[in-house]
Amino acid sequence: MPVSNYVNTGDMIRFLPEIILAIMGTVLMVLDPVLQKRSSNAFGTISVFSLLAALAASAYAYQNAGPAFGGMLTVDGFATFFRILVIVVGILTILPSYRFLARQDAETSEYHALLLYSIAGQCLMAAANELIIVFIGLEISSIASYVLAGYLRDDKRANEAALKYFLLGSFATAFFLYGVALIYGATGSVNLTMVRAAITGSNAPSPVFVGVAAALMFVGLGFKVSASPFQIWAPDVYQGAPTPVTAFLSAGPKAAAFAVFLRIFMTAFEPISNGWEPLVWISALLSMTIGNFAALLQSNVKRLLAYSSIAHAGYVLVALTARSDVGTAAAMFYLAAYAFMNIGAFAVVSHLSGKGERYQNVDDFAGLGQKQPVTAAMLAIFLLSLIGVPLTGGFFGKFYIFKAALESHLVWLTVIGLLNSAVAAYYYLRILVVMYMHEPSEAANNAEPLTPGLSAALILPALGTLLLGIFPSWVLDFAGKSSTLVK
Amino acid sequence: MNLLTVVLFLPLAGFLIALMIPRSSGGGSRAWALVLSLVTFIVSLALPVMFDRGFTGEQFALDVPWIASPDIHFYIAMDGVSLWLVLLSTFLTPICVLISWRYIQHRAKEFYAFLLLLEFGLIGVFIAQDLFLFYVFWEVSLVPMYFLVGIWGHERRIYAAVKFFLFTMAGSVLMLAAIIYLYNRAGTFSYPAIVTMLSSGRLTFAGNEQMLLFLAFFIAFAIKVPLFPLHTWLPDAHVEAPSAGSVMLASVMLKMGTYGILHFCLPMFPSASRTCAPWIAILSIIGIIYGALVSMVQPNMKKLVAYSSVSHLGFVVLGIFSFTQLGLDGAVYQMLNHGISTGALFALVGLLYERKHSLAIGDYGGVAAAAPWLSTAFLITTLASIGLPLLNNFVGEFLVLQGVALSNYTWAIYAAIGVILSACYMLWLYQRVFYGEASEDVRSHVPDLNLREWAAVVPLIVMMIWMGVYSQSFLPPVSKATARVLDQAQINVPFRVQIDRNAEVARAR
Repeated sequence: MPVSNYVNTGDMIRFLPEIILAIMGTVLMVLDPVLQKRSSNAFGTISVFSLLAALAASAYAYQNAGPAFGGMLTVDGFATFFRILVIVVGILTILPSYRFLARQDAETSEYHALLLYSIAGQCLMAAANELIIVFIGLEISSIASYVLAGYLRDDKRANEAALKYFLLGSFATAFFLYGVALIYGATGSVNLTMVRAAITGSNAPSPVFVGVAAALMFVGLGFKVSASPFQIWAPDVYQGAPTPVTAFLSAGPKAAAFAVFLRIFMTAFEPISNGWEPLVWISALLSMTIGNFAALLQSNVKRLLAYSSIAHAGYVLVALTARSDVGTAAAMFYLAAYAFMNIGAFAVVSHLSGKGERYQNVDDFAGLGQKQPVTAAMLAIFLLSLIGVPLTGGFFGKFYIFKAALESHLVWLTVIGLLNSAVAAYYYLRILVVMYMHEPSEAANNAEPLTPGLSAALILPALGTLLLGIFPSWVLDFAGKSSTLVK
Repeated sequence: MNLLTVVLFLPLAGFLIALMIPRSSGGGSRAWALVLSLVTFIVSLALPVMFDRGFTGEQFALDVPWIASPDIHFYIAMDGVSLWLVLLSTFLTPICVLISWRYIQHRAKEFYAFLLLLEFGLIGVFIAQDLFLFYVFWEVSLVPMYFLVGIWGHERRIYAAVKFFLFTMAGSVLMLAAIIYLYNRAGTFSYPAIVTMLSSGRLTFAGNEQMLLFLAFFIAFAIKVPLFPLHTWLPDAHVEAPSAGSVMLASVMLKMGTYGILHFCLPMFPSASRTCAPWIAILSIIGIIYGALVSMVQPNMKKLVAYSSVSHLGFVVLGIFSFTQLGLDGAVYQMLNHGISTGALFALVGLLYERKHSLAIGDYGGVAAAAPWLSTAFLITTLASIGLPLLNNFVGEFLVLQGVALSNYTWAIYAAIGVILSACYMLWLYQRVFYGEASEDVRSHVPDLNLREWAAVVPLIVMMIWMGVYSQSFLPPVSKATARVLDQAQINVPFRVQIDRNAEVARAR
């Protein structure tokens, strides 16, 4: 049989973003010796344009929405939403990286190539409709992320971070793979739609079997989204990794992992949702509570944001617990809002941290409001959004999530979640307090002026945060339309 | 364009422009803030003129869809209560600019920008008719106040600012949960629509459900009022805030709580309000007496005024939970009175602090000799605050006490003790600060009012006298609105007999 029976143009169009990213990543590697000496900024610029091309390709793929490669991939609104999200996250990661890498004397092409590979993996995860493809996407994304976490190889903490991330990450992936194997054994398929059909069908496999498989996948994915009780790695990795990479890890892989989470649990395992709902309920509760209370005690900003990101994963899990299309849409919206505010906050940290990332403490932000009012104002917007003050994306995200939860009668989870967000206000306020109400510190006095790349890296997410807060309909309508997954 | 929209968005536009005024312009931002807040005030004066006093419903309504799903509207309108509260906000903002004119030198640009943003948030709270929009304004007004206290306050400002933020936040997240719950039940955020559904019986709550919703709203409001025992943030925030912050906090922000109770809790959750009324009344009475007693022993002037606010606001809450027309009218009038007279007290204490850099009562004495006009202004304010007839507080306190006496005589007796105590602590304060031998220090450091300070103080005193002498300029729209609150809630059922008497009293009046 000719190959064209298996692969046709439509499939290739639907797979175009991944193709572009993989090719451009390789091209960057090849160009390294050519460009290294002349202009080190070129790598960043090439990758930004590759990502823009991938963005256009995602939109084009959406024009031709449908399954690809015999149902291995599904390009639908949901997939497109997350593809665009991780690509935008990639762009917002590269913008502050220019100056950061120059300051650490670490401008190479592989940083950008790895970033593109990782994003390609995440795009694949977003569109995957088969457990094996999910696994491949997860691995492409994760392996690149492991290397990125240890990118500053002379930095001890970065090495620790990379090793920890790699070991625990592989462990988690293994859990996930076990789950996949069990499902294949039980249902004879790895396609999510067929798995769903098999569990609900007339000769359904033993519910225990399926339940164990779902639980194993929950462990694997729970690790990737840093949900409690699988969150132990996050603070160390976030603290040790280079700051732009931390920003990336907290937004990109997390969003993609949640995409997979939602797709698997809301399609294949939806029929047994009464079984997994209590697990997710407990995990959401633990993530919010542990994340927020541990963050109260942190003095290192990256660590603080790491715990905060655990708490935010908990909020998204609340949306998953709601087990409804509204909940799925709320999770999608929240992840978009979270990506903007968190990446923006990390961009400020990377701006201020100085050579060798010396300034990472809360106290180092002292007086930033006087020394660099624009930077401080942007950080203030991100922090207010993380607190959940109205007119920011973070507020609407929380609002939609808890609205979905209440619609599903999760009253206690909502009340605990909202009280948690009041606790969280305290540690975000600490940063605001030192920034505006203390006298300038050494770090604020030594802060470099904003470069164009960095200004863009601050202003774009700030605009995004405010737009999501004032005109949420633009994103929410799309999320709402896409939340009905292919079943 | 709708007049109310103009009044709402002028301060926001002013805030955005104030951010763009270059730091190097010196006094540019404060001049801008003064001009803009005066313009806002003048425009807002058209509101009572155009307000149709014969018409009971919401006026100046503007209802624009904001977010499609869930159905959120930018829905603003005002009734007779919000009319005066909006005017109170626009009236006090220029005064705040004037009293900060010299005191705020450090980072003045941000200060005035935040002051305008605060005005925007406060006006919004009083006119939002969409519950979601109400919550948005409720939180938005929190942020500038947090910065005003935290950046320009006194020594313990950071502690006070964080405490203020966290207290309010903790209360308001529960309110958010209740708002979402209401939406899921009613299918709309529109407050008038929900009230209509409730009164027509298309939407009913089980007893328990209603109680939890009521508490979620009420606790958020009670923290803001603040009702004893949730008041502990208030002395800190008031004492540490710069005087403009104290004025806005005491005069307008606390009214967000009482307005919320009146506007949302009573009409939406009538039977829960009724069930809780005795408990709330007891807490209010404790607040009235406790606030007054603590005021009496304060060595710090600002703290004294702050605790007196706890006492005065207790009257307002007590008046609301008397469920009588007189009590509600009195409560609303007392909200306005407290805004004027306590605002004036904080402004005058701020002027003293600006002169001598001390808030301790013991550091003063004999100011009357050094600054006779300042002393006179303070005396009038003091007398207003203790409820001397022909000054504003007398009218409010009288109505509240009368209304409360109609529903429960014992409560009225206890509440009246608060009036007596207020005379004690205020007159004693006046005696210690203004009478006696003026020390050399006071003589040299406390000059009399200058022209700018006159401009800030005189309007307040004029209002005290006007509101005390001719309350008919203000009360009729208030009565219409409160009558509707009582009616909407059908809350007066158990008090049927007394209500008829109220109506007679009202007619006679």
